[in-house]
Amino acid sequence: MNKYFQVEENGDGIVWLTFDTPGKAANVLTADALEEFDTRLVTIAQSHPKGLVIRSGKERGFIAGADVKAFARISTPQEAQELILRAHDILRRLEALSFPTVALIHGFCLGGGLELALACRYRIASTEPDTRLGFPEVRLGIFPGFGGSVRSTRLMGHLAAMELMLSGRSLHPRAAQRLGLVDHALPRRQLNNAARHLILEQPAGRRPPLWQRLAGTALLRPAAAALMRRQVRRRAPRKHYPAPYALIDHWRRHAGHMADMYASEARLVPQLLTGKTAQNLIRVFLLQDELKSQAAASEFHARHVHVVGGGVMGGDIAAWCVLRGLRVTLQDRGPELLGRAVSRAHQLFRKKLRDQYLVRDAMDRLIPDHQGNGLGKADLVIEAIFEDQEAKQALYRNIEPRMKDDAILATNTSSIPLQQLGQGLARPERFLGLHFFNPVAKMPLVEIVTTGDTPGDLVAAASRFTRDIGKLPLPVRSRPGFLVNRVLMPYLMEAVTLLDKGVAAADIDRAATDFGMPMGPVELADTVGLDICLSVAEKLTDMLHGKAPDKLRRRVEQGHLGRKSGQGFYTWVKGRPQREKPTAAPDALAQYGDRMILRLINEAVACLREGIVAGADELDAGIVFGTGFAPFRGGPMHYVREEGAERFFGKLQKLEYTYGERFAPDAGWAQLLEEEQ
Amino acid sequence: MKPVPGNPYEETEVFIIDGRRTPQLKALGPPGPFHASDLAVGAARQLLLAMPFEPRELDEVIFGCVSSGPDEANIARVIALRLGCGDRVHAMTVQRNCASGMQALDSAAARIASGQADLVLAGGTEAMSHHPVMLDEAMVTWLAGWSKARGLGQHAKMLRKLKPAYLRPVVALLRGLTDPVVGLSMGQTAEQLAEDFGISREAMDRYALRSHQRLVAALEAGYLDEIVPLHDSDGKLHAQDDGLRPDSTLEKLARLKPVFDRPFGKVTAGNSAQVTDGAACLILASARAVERYDLPVLGRLRDCHWAGLEPGRMGLGPVHAMAPIMQRHGLDSSDIDYWEINEAFSAQILACLRAWQDEDFCREALDLPRAFQLIPEDRLNVDGGGISLGHPVGASGARIVLHLLKVLERENARLGMASLCIGGGQGGAMLIERSAS
Repeated sequence: MNKYFQVEENGDGIVWLTFDTPGKAANVLTADALEEFDTRLVTIAQSHPKGLVIRSGKERGFIAGADVKAFARISTPQEAQELILRAHDILRRLEALSFPTVALIHGFCLGGGLELALACRYRIASTEPDTRLGFPEVRLGIFPGFGGSVRSTRLMGHLAAMELMLSGRSLHPRAAQRLGLVDHALPRRQLNNAARHLILEQPAGRRPPLWQRLAGTALLRPAAAALMRRQVRRRAPRKHYPAPYALIDHWRRHAGHMADMYASEARLVPQLLTGKTAQNLIRVFLLQDELKSQAAASEFHARHVHVVGGGVMGGDIAAWCVLRGLRVTLQDRGPELLGRAVSRAHQLFRKKLRDQYLVRDAMDRLIPDHQGNGLGKADLVIEAIFEDQEAKQALYRNIEPRMKDDAILATNTSSIPLQQLGQGLARPERFLGLHFFNPVAKMPLVEIVTTGDTPGDLVAAASRFTRDIGKLPLPVRSRPGFLVNRVLMPYLMEAVTLLDKGVAAADIDRAATDFGMPMGPVELADTVGLDICLSVAEKLTDMLHGKAPDKLRRRVEQGHLGRKSGQGFYTWVKGRPQREKPTAAPDALAQYGDRMILRLINEAVACLREGIVAGADELDAGIVFGTGFAPFRGGPMHYVREEGAERFFGKLQKLEYTYGERFAPDAGWAQLLEEEQ
Repeated sequence: MKPVPGNPYEETEVFIIDGRRTPQLKALGPPGPFHASDLAVGAARQLLLAMPFEPRELDEVIFGCVSSGPDEANIARVIALRLGCGDRVHAMTVQRNCASGMQALDSAAARIASGQADLVLAGGTEAMSHHPVMLDEAMVTWLAGWSKARGLGQHAKMLRKLKPAYLRPVVALLRGLTDPVVGLSMGQTAEQLAEDFGISREAMDRYALRSHQRLVAALEAGYLDEIVPLHDSDGKLHAQDDGLRPDSTLEKLARLKPVFDRPFGKVTAGNSAQVTDGAACLILASARAVERYDLPVLGRLRDCHWAGLEPGRMGLGPVHAMAPIMQRHGLDSSDIDYWEINEAFSAQILACLRAWQDEDFCREALDLPRAFQLIPEDRLNVDGGGISLGHPVGASGARIVLHLLKVLERENARLGMASLCIGGGQGGAMLIERSAS
């Protein structure tokens, strides 16, 4: 006890309660921390102070949320309900204190952290760029359960609060102030002054506007709920993501009565939490933490990155590194080849940084460098030129002598084995692959490509770098396609085969989104570019059990490359594919879905058997973050274990019988079947 | 050569390591794609990339700039911070009109010579296309009254006082190119010199044409490798000085009308320096710094002199500034391998060349026993100058020193003289020696 919080009182009657979890970078509302918080509140209340200020002792955040790790261990709804009722009690005690309370928020204030802040009478947020407030609960398959659904609707108004909880998005401090979530958004230097002022003056709180209150009346709630459901349906179908629908029902039924609403939170959130969807989403969240933790083993921090290749990949990697604070030199054969990368980077910076000074600072750190003067300064050199082994090797011969001795040389190749590329290097022990995905700004995963000889500290350093630029590192073995492209390609090729057989593109995509993929394979292929799909498919011919389908080759020959050319399998108008309504019967859709997903899963099993990744969890994480594989299913291997390997194996055998060897179950299934016995 | 009294850099050596400049971009019409600090950062970050030290290892940053933007107060500090020099590298901006860039080099050299600094980034920058357009003072007075007025009646009264003439914009660029004491525009001071020395329109145009021809030849030979290409935020590449007119002919030049003394003057847009945006920067170092970082040395700053003269004849500034250096070192024109004298106006540079060999002028104006030898044409501004590539006022001083060093290196020559005339009636000159002593 008495380790999470410090109490201070400086003679003016104001108590400062500082949340500072020992040995951690961020504060998390664990059960222990909550209990200590409660004891502290009791003691503080007994001293009858003028007011209480709750703040964080962490440099980078207030409270990151409730303890997700503990969520994963909860097995029964009763257990969850006990936790929630206890949190309700504690936060109600905070809310009922007779003196004013202020939450001083800087950095992340999410989920349970925001719910705690909402139980204070006032909230002040710092305007630093990394301050964020929000309810990410729906992304974990639940909704706010520590009184958040009650207090947020009361404070912000029904529609604003519901939108915030349903979207799971987080707010910038100024937006939070506009929506009434915080009383003030101020520069960090004014937080303490403002807290004192609020405690001494005790101004009346803000009330939501009339129309927001009207929307919460019993008369209008059913209509509002119907509208919300319609909006949610576009993003998340009910059968895959029950939480937002449960939240809407909860609100519609109980928003008129606070006690009912608390009771309903305590009833519904435990059900959701122990349900399959939430448990799988929590699993994926924790897998992400696992990937992040690999970086801990290294002290490597790149300050200067040199990127060779000013095409879309090289340019976007360079821009992303700059955005994350690094100095980057970008090299190509002439300055005229770097203009597009500079303008794309400028657009990215404007979108992400907004502030003109930050944008200028970023532009100053992105240095077009056609002479390669940055090579001698860089801690990490990333090669992203066209896929040609000889060109790459010639480049390495040229640049390696100009690099610092301890600098890392990384290739962004997606298809050439590292064992071949690394031949002839003076320092092969500083060489590996960093495989980024397109579009770099959106794709969270980076494959760290290694051979059997890659030293562990190099992998750790590359993971550290990947984390430093805010991406997820996944170490993979250098075999064609690595992990993500390799499992994605059979899935895409099966989709093209279906097209070849005359199935409508809309039906194929619908089959995949019905399974839970974020985007159908035909649309995905068009988005990636059919030329790129074809080139990857050709490099993976062996694994695909056959050539790339003719249909794909023909499109590419006709110059129909997908979204970028306006015509692929779909016709694209203003960045959207034009498609008919799906027409196939449900069982036909299910069959198409099986064919595509089973090929993906079968390939995943092969990757696991070949040791492309360290284990089944890494495989699941890589495929979820690399391909968007239905996250609520917890990853392909988890899905197989849940549904039973036997079942998938049987289906594959049947498909092999009907459609041929591309469905032949991989040898890796034997192991899975054995485990199941 | 013996040390000569009055020479600031003879005791402690000041080395020039290397330099870069931006292309010089014509400043016509709307503000150009780069502010003055953008230009300087664009050139200096490339220069620093090629150096074996990090920006934060510099001791200080000194830039010359005649008129920085409203968001660039003490522009040298803005440049230093934007280059990633960090909080601790201090910076100052210097202003000596057209020689501000050379003043920055002199100030940097003085800091090094006095032992106060070892490693300095110095240069000049000017975005003439961003020089402000201001309100007339009468308009400012009226606005002050308007903001004090209360109520409909007072506002209506103020509105009646507003005269259309108040709305006439004040173009700072044009005001800056007008002498603030005698009221002559720079072009008019050139007309004065043409009259004094009997320089014909044809001689002026012929000189201007040669400036363009020389720049064309230099470009074709790839002699301008100190230029770093710039990308604007739309990704457009600016790789070359864009004021160059390769198709210029004497006939075309002859057709231009005089712009400063109409209608009978001889100074035209064609035989004057172009108004451009640009920046140039160099690394200056002490012997200590050269040794510590094992820096390659491009040359040495031997001497610098500033001179004052009649503002209405400011174009003769180079003669006044170069002569004392020549005397201090016991040199005549044939001892200098190459010359860079900034081309503000054909008339002005031709007047300098004539004055340089004019016995009467040298005796009377410079107190010399006799005139200097002729400065050979093929040793002066060999790769073009302000007339063909423009004169971004704050930057030119640094640009000519940098280019002079490049010429000396290319021709394997030793001594060079760089000089500029300065609006307001001054001249500045620097003696440069290639190769470390």
